[in-house]
Amino acid sequence: MRYYDRLIFELSKKGRTGYSLQAPQVKAECTIPSGLLRAEAPALPEVSEVDVVRHYTNLSQMNFGVDTGFYPLGSCTMKYNPKINEEMANLAGFQGIHPLQDASTVKGVKEVYDVLDSYLATITGMKHFTFKPCAGAHGELTGLMIMRSYHMSRGDMARTKVIVPDSAHGTNPASASVCGLEIVVVKSNANGLVDVEDLKPLLGPDIAGIMMTNPNTCGLFEKDIKEIADLVHECGGLLYYDGANMNPLLGAVRPGEMGFDIMHLNLHKTFSTPHGGGGPGSGPVGVCEKLVPFLGQNVSGFNGNFGVIVRALAYVLMLGKQNLRLAGRLATLNANYIKESLRDAYKLPIGSVCKHEFVFDGLIDDGSATGKPGATTLDVAKRLLDFGYHAPTIYFPLLFHQALMIEPTETESKETLDAFIDVMHTIAAEAAQDPEILHAAPHCAPITRPDETTAARNPILKYQDEA
Amino acid sequence: MSTVKEGLLYSESHEWVKVDGPFAYVGISDFAQEEMGDITYVDLPDLENVVKGEEFGALESVKASSDLYAPVTGIIAERNTDLEDQPEALNEDPYGSWILRVHITNPAELDELMDAAAYEAYLAK
Repeated sequence: MRYYDRLIFELSKKGRTGYSLQAPQVKAECTIPSGLLRAEAPALPEVSEVDVVRHYTNLSQMNFGVDTGFYPLGSCTMKYNPKINEEMANLAGFQGIHPLQDASTVKGVKEVYDVLDSYLATITGMKHFTFKPCAGAHGELTGLMIMRSYHMSRGDMARTKVIVPDSAHGTNPASASVCGLEIVVVKSNANGLVDVEDLKPLLGPDIAGIMMTNPNTCGLFEKDIKEIADLVHECGGLLYYDGANMNPLLGAVRPGEMGFDIMHLNLHKTFSTPHGGGGPGSGPVGVCEKLVPFLGQNVSGFNGNFGVIVRALAYVLMLGKQNLRLAGRLATLNANYIKESLRDAYKLPIGSVCKHEFVFDGLIDDGSATGKPGATTLDVAKRLLDFGYHAPTIYFPLLFHQALMIEPTETESKETLDAFIDVMHTIAAEAAQDPEILHAAPHCAPITRPDETTAARNPILKYQDEA
Repeated sequence: MSTVKEGLLYSESHEWVKVDGPFAYVGISDFAQEEMGDITYVDLPDLENVVKGEEFGALESVKASSDLYAPVTGIIAERNTDLEDQPEALNEDPYGSWILRVHITNPAELDELMDAAAYEAYLAK
């Protein structure tokens, strides 16, 4: 990889253009109030077409993605995105449509929505899905709006609180807050599961519902889910399932049968559509039968990110029932394989069988016996970059101070897992011998350690010409 | 190992209280700032009152964000808005950097807080 760190503004040359256009032949009337018009043109970069192409191609070559290497980012389910998904989404009949064209001309599109709806309903035990939400947290917000609409439709206005476990994804309390609900935190017990005894006194006529992820962010199956569901339903609340961790449950357990009333799925996780910078995402929300009338929340202009929905359908059709079931189990097997292979070198706070992911709590021997400061989880993550891996999720969940959260997914071979395990052992041995190697890492990345503190305290958010 | 300053009272959520006549100065302990890492942002909403155990603001660091919980009930006399421009003061001098000055309305609550020895034992747990 060639190091490239230019800003497109630095390539700008006064008067240079990508292409030239004729002067406008029509005089258009400007109806924008003069107070809102800028006095001078914005300082956009002036570059040629080849400048632009080389600039962005060079930047793209510094990207890391699932197509370049192993990406064990916990809780993000960075599984491989099969290329057939792209082929299907690029079919002319799907790619060239417009959201405002007559419905009679896009019957196939409607069928895509309907078929995926029925498959997702079968997989999850929900009755129907809405495909409007464009991301996981967008789905959470939609689900909470459904929850609130349901309570209000019954004239029950007192349910203003949502219970969220202390191990929850940060988006859960954030979505509840955006939805105007108050957050009540339920604690985890020593086994990393929701503490039922801590939950009981929180339940009452002011509880709209509970948001849970199962398996939770520690990668553990909430064994008491049935009891929790009964307790929450008894107090008149609803259960929301955060589908971020649905991958291991594919074909094994259905959230509907665990007692959940509302849920979202991250198609960009569980259903192999592009994730992160390669998005866009999709967070369809499913509900049980009694909530179907509330499914039509107006959360996006049209009907979500259609191209993503085509990709997810392609994935389900390609795998079929038997293989989808295998996907979840292999994801679980892969995570347990790495966990058991590395527990001699990394602290494992919860040793039981995990689902799709697990959490280490730092190195067993951080090298502080050498008299130098010990190597932290951040140092391990930075050192992994030198070996060509995307770092796992670090310092989350907050339950563990040196959390290192690994999720391999089912799409990795044993050889890939073994190579990663070897590197993790190498890093642990380096730390024990000389933690400085880790403190100074990454040694091979284009940028070593950005000053995150200064960047957060004094952010520079736009290009500033030195002149 | 973080330090615990004598003469202050401490809450379980790691705020300290320094009683000064009818007023209480409120800050965060050395342990809290160490756990947070470099604090980058101090969010101090313009509240009139604080209620023991309820949020009165939040801190953000590179690592995490954390709510601030009032260790006593009272009327806010002063907010240390200098911290908004200098969040690092909480890292550099946690016991010298007060966040709120509160006119205490329920002095009996002070008895529920820990003294330095009790807080030290609490941290050791």
